[in-house]
Amino acid sequence: GEIFELKAELNSDKKEKKKEAVKKVIASMTVGKDVSALFPDVVNCMQTDNLELKKLVYLYLMNYAKSQPDMAIMAVNTFVKDCEDPNPLIRALAVRTMGCIRVDKITEYLCEPLRKCLKDEDPYVRKTAAVCVAKLHDINAQLVEDQGFLDTLKDLISDSNPMVVANAVAALSEIAESHPSSNLLDLNPQSINKLLTALNECTEWGQIFILDCLANYMPKDDREAQSICERVTPRLSHANSAVVLSAVKVLMKFMEMLSKDLDYYGTLLKKLAPPLVTLLSAEPELQYVALRNINLIVQKRPEILKHEMKVFFVKYNDPIYVKLEKLDIMIRLASQANIAQVLAELKEYATEVDVDFVRKAVRAIGRCAIKVEQSAERCVSTLLDLIQTKVNYVVQEAIVVIKDIFRKYPNKYESVIATLCENLDSLDEPEARAAMIWIVGEYAERIDNADELLESFLEGFHDESTQVQLQLLTAIVKLFLKKPTETQELVQQVLSLATQDSDNPDLRDRGYIYWRLLSTDPVAAKEVVLAEKPLISEETDLIEPTLLDELICYIGTLASVYHKPPSAFVEGSRGVVHKSLPPRTGSSESAESPDTAPSGVQAAEQPAVIPTQGDLLGDLLNLDLGPPVSGPPIATSSVQMGAVDLLGGGLDSLVRRSPALAAAAAAPAPSTAMPANLGAPLGSGLGDLFDLTGGVGTLSGSYVAPKTVWLPAMKAKGLEISGTFSRQVGSISMDLALTNKALQVMSDFAIQFNRNSFGLAPAAPLQVHAPLAPNQSVEISLPLNTVGSVMKMDPLNNLQVAVKNNIDVFYFSTLYPLHILFVEDGKMERQMFLATWKDIPNENEAQFQIKDCSLNADAVSSKLQGSNIFTIAKRNVEGQDMLYQSLKLTNGIWVLAELRIQPSNPSFTV
Amino acid sequence: MIHSLFLINASGDIFLEKHWKSVVSRSVCDYFFEAQERASEAENVPPVIPTPHHYLLSVYRHKIFFVAVIQSEVPPLFVIEFLHRVVDTFQDYFGVCSEVMIKDNVVVVYEVLEEMLDNGFPLATESNILKELIKPPTILRTVVNTITGSTNVGDQLPTGQLSVVPWRRTGVKYTNNEAYFDVIEEIDAIIDKSGSTITAEIQGVIDACVKLTGMPDLTLSFMNPRLLDDVSFHPCVRFKRWESERILSFIPPDGNFRLLSYHVSAQNLVAIPVYVKHNISFRDSSSLGRFEITVGPKQTMGKTVEGVMVTSQMPKGVLNMTLTPSQGTHIFDPVTKLLSWDVGKINPQKLPSLKGSMSLQAGTSKPDENPTINLQFKIQQLAISGLKVNRLDMYGEKYKPFKGIKYMTKAGKFQVRT
Repeated sequence: GEIFELKAELNSDKKEKKKEAVKKVIASMTVGKDVSALFPDVVNCMQTDNLELKKLVYLYLMNYAKSQPDMAIMAVNTFVKDCEDPNPLIRALAVRTMGCIRVDKITEYLCEPLRKCLKDEDPYVRKTAAVCVAKLHDINAQLVEDQGFLDTLKDLISDSNPMVVANAVAALSEIAESHPSSNLLDLNPQSINKLLTALNECTEWGQIFILDCLANYMPKDDREAQSICERVTPRLSHANSAVVLSAVKVLMKFMEMLSKDLDYYGTLLKKLAPPLVTLLSAEPELQYVALRNINLIVQKRPEILKHEMKVFFVKYNDPIYVKLEKLDIMIRLASQANIAQVLAELKEYATEVDVDFVRKAVRAIGRCAIKVEQSAERCVSTLLDLIQTKVNYVVQEAIVVIKDIFRKYPNKYESVIATLCENLDSLDEPEARAAMIWIVGEYAERIDNADELLESFLEGFHDESTQVQLQLLTAIVKLFLKKPTETQELVQQVLSLATQDSDNPDLRDRGYIYWRLLSTDPVAAKEVVLAEKPLISEETDLIEPTLLDELICYIGTLASVYHKPPSAFVEGSRGVVHKSLPPRTGSSESAESPDTAPSGVQAAEQPAVIPTQGDLLGDLLNLDLGPPVSGPPIATSSVQMGAVDLLGGGLDSLVRRSPALAAAAAAPAPSTAMPANLGAPLGSGLGDLFDLTGGVGTLSGSYVAPKTVWLPAMKAKGLEISGTFSRQVGSISMDLALTNKALQVMSDFAIQFNRNSFGLAPAAPLQVHAPLAPNQSVEISLPLNTVGSVMKMDPLNNLQVAVKNNIDVFYFSTLYPLHILFVEDGKMERQMFLATWKDIPNENEAQFQIKDCSLNADAVSSKLQGSNIFTIAKRNVEGQDMLYQSLKLTNGIWVLAELRIQPSNPSFTV
Repeated sequence: MIHSLFLINASGDIFLEKHWKSVVSRSVCDYFFEAQERASEAENVPPVIPTPHHYLLSVYRHKIFFVAVIQSEVPPLFVIEFLHRVVDTFQDYFGVCSEVMIKDNVVVVYEVLEEMLDNGFPLATESNILKELIKPPTILRTVVNTITGSTNVGDQLPTGQLSVVPWRRTGVKYTNNEAYFDVIEEIDAIIDKSGSTITAEIQGVIDACVKLTGMPDLTLSFMNPRLLDDVSFHPCVRFKRWESERILSFIPPDGNFRLLSYHVSAQNLVAIPVYVKHNISFRDSSSLGRFEITVGPKQTMGKTVEGVMVTSQMPKGVLNMTLTPSQGTHIFDPVTKLLSWDVGKINPQKLPSLKGSMSLQAGTSKPDENPTINLQFKIQQLAISGLKVNRLDMYGEKYKPFKGIKYMTKAGKFQVRT
């Protein structure tokens, strides 16, 4: 009905009625109604000298041309004609609208008018045409390249009109984003100069484009960097916050090149603070983005805002997302000088209404205590005050942070334990319960009724969350080791609860370790369980320095809001170019020599971060609070204790317990406890895999080596065994060929494996149905699993096998290829891979060369995948293909690999 | 760049969408609705929301969410600034920015949005230029248009867009030439229980209304320009001149605009013009609490404090309040627990106070949180930072304009903890 009426009106003779009708159509379109049926009628109205009507029709065309491409062609003539119109406004409008019509047939007709408009005498038309190139590129990139529009666009960077320059930069930046490899925006000092000139004269939006473009430039020396900085600084006073932040990015990046002794360096630092503070008086949405960026800036250069703590104080009607960010920055800026003020504020926040905010405020107090040693005492007393309020969630948060404070300052604040114990009953959150249990276990010798307290938790053992169960298990073992006489019963109870009644493998494993430790060597148990724990450090929440440097280059972008490099989340960022801060070139009298400066900075910052890896190792053995990260200490200390045998198993299950700990922990275990031998078999195993190049199209399954003779006949009274290992659809099997070379019949075969590094064991008995007559042979596939007991072997993949028959028992040993242990779900999340890769300490890396391999990257990757080695990422660096691989062993150890493929000589790094 | 824009009202209806590139399905807003549901209040919806293929950036103003959809790495501040500019433009065009107003003028809105972005790149965001391109609707113009058949779209190239002063339209003519400047300062402060200042800062702006014929070139100088060490200028201000001489030199846009905004945070420069004496007590195991507040002037440089308004969000446990004000009117809303007291002027001889009792929920322990008192006030003819304009001069035109400067101090986020 309505459509029909509109149709009639559109075809009316009266201009006025026509226009009103088009308006109605547009109105329906904007609210999402489908008015595409009117397409021919609306297009008919396009031939008009009435500018408003023309614009309205254009609006309609842009929306619906895609659904009616054949009809849209009808409009082409008018467009082409309009591009010749004497009025630049009409010319610009035509070229602008044409670019918005995403129909291939129309784009063909667009090229000629566009070429003309790019060289139009009127800058308004040129700047519109510049944007049109970006539009066209989005629709048909090849066409843009073929028509040479990119070069014309590059020429526009030197245009005399600043608006044209800005739009050309914007268009080129957008095109470059989908073409990361192209050098569309390679800047040289001349073009930089042009951009800087245009910067002063173009609109605020143009300034943002130009500043973002400048930030990608690498000045050739500190003098050039300084002169750019000088010309960018006035932008800090712009009313548009996006301009300000883009200017901050340029300055933060180029400052890196300036010598710190320079007067100008200090001036620049001073100039950066006020605009950042001003951003915080803008609308809350702007504040949020600004705060996320300030968070990065204070980590990189804390000196800029160290006196501005107060602007981060929270107002009670700030939106929650602003409050939480402000809190984070307050902690980062906390220092001895301002800690009293900060604490007073935090205490105030802890009485606010919003639960999330209150929790974070309480946590912040704990973080202050850990960060500023002098304040620890005050923090603890503040926390105690808060516990006295008896507000449930406040008490729970307070107990969680007090646990951390104990770990930072052991034997200092234990006097508060009594107060904590009073609140035992009110704890209902797993994290708080676990923290409390940890405290009780850790200080069992000072708490008279520790056994009663822990026993009370034990009653509802099976209803607790895993976190609490694990903690309780460890705490009771600690208690037992400290007070063995009274608590024997308790420890037995918990061990049996954990090992027999629980179906959680983590809990069972830990239970068994403790059980075995306690039963075999209580002294060793004591040393392991009660080992001195490394102190936790303040910097656990700092962004890792190399990532921070990269993020500084992305100030003002989405990456800075998420604190992740764009490669980690931006869609379609194929092979994002990693940006890095420029090295400080510095003048020669500068204290730091040019080469060492950046690495020196890194070295200075590194230690602050690394300890957290080491310290949490302690967690693995007896606490499991916080994210598991690992390092070598316990492994080595245990080795010295001589409990190697146990440790093989212990480490193994420890590692299994926390798959998250991945390669960072994976490699440490074998490489410290089992010196140096993981690498070799792995290397050779991979060598094997590559040998496969020769053919054997076993892409479908995992690679299977040809059978080799394991047990020659002469050693086994005429029984010859040859065999190999294979992995198919998730199960491992041992393929055996038994040949009777003796003169008598053999029967009653049985097989057994000795304990081995990966717990390989036969999953079914060896089944040889008929007795084996002389000179007869039989092929058997023996399924294996990895739940057998574990012992470290040397070499790691050694397997000792015993075969029995009616004649005798024979022993032999064989090496199994590691790749049969690679499980199918060994594909690591890309992000996790990145994170873990960075965390791998150097000592856990190994390099191998694999020679004589003539496969290309893709073939390698698909071949490896057949053997459950998964390609996570691939990139091309300097003509070499880099493959990033992950694989997971049956016991949960991850191995990450980087494969560099050169035409002839692939080398391999673990 | 900016792909699409959705306007969403508080009840979660999309009432307008605009796409600058290909059409993005409105189902992308489902992620926004999820976030909206999760947030306790509309103000708390996070401004950046990731979805599998897009990012949603939003601002919340006039009870409307303006949600921009972007697909690639775009500076979020750029998008948010632009969204605020959109809201400002609507307000400028229609007087108020509301759902009803936008729906009534949907075609103009659509035309304006089309002019503001091209392929997601900002095109014309200065209201001076936009108004030249698309005339704002007025009743008179609608009548005239229907009679004469003329349109509300300008058919001239907006000349300003290409000149060196893109913010000013050409050919401006007035019979009365006038230039007014308002120096408005807002005090943001947090005052603690005992009455001492925790933070205090001044957000100042100079808003101008300039109606001058031709191409006037103005300079504005201050008695004490040193106060202004943290400033943001309108693009028309010549920065070099400010750096060297501390004088604002500019060719103004036509009509209303913000010349500069500044920030004074040095604590000793921020005077606190009012104080609040409060005595709010809850007691355990009692269903009655006491409430008493008094407001008085502090450092007002002899000026009257007026338009005083006290609001406070009372804890949930407060059922009702029985209060008597010495002046003004008060309301306590038992549902939202919001107490507001419209005080009016403060007479230093007879300080306004509000006293009485609160009835509390029986049987519960006393509320955990103390109410914060929010204060609104105005002081005419005073810039609390002490900023003073020295003189305003005009060059480039021959006539004598009428000039005026007004000062005002207001409370911004002025909070007193109890």
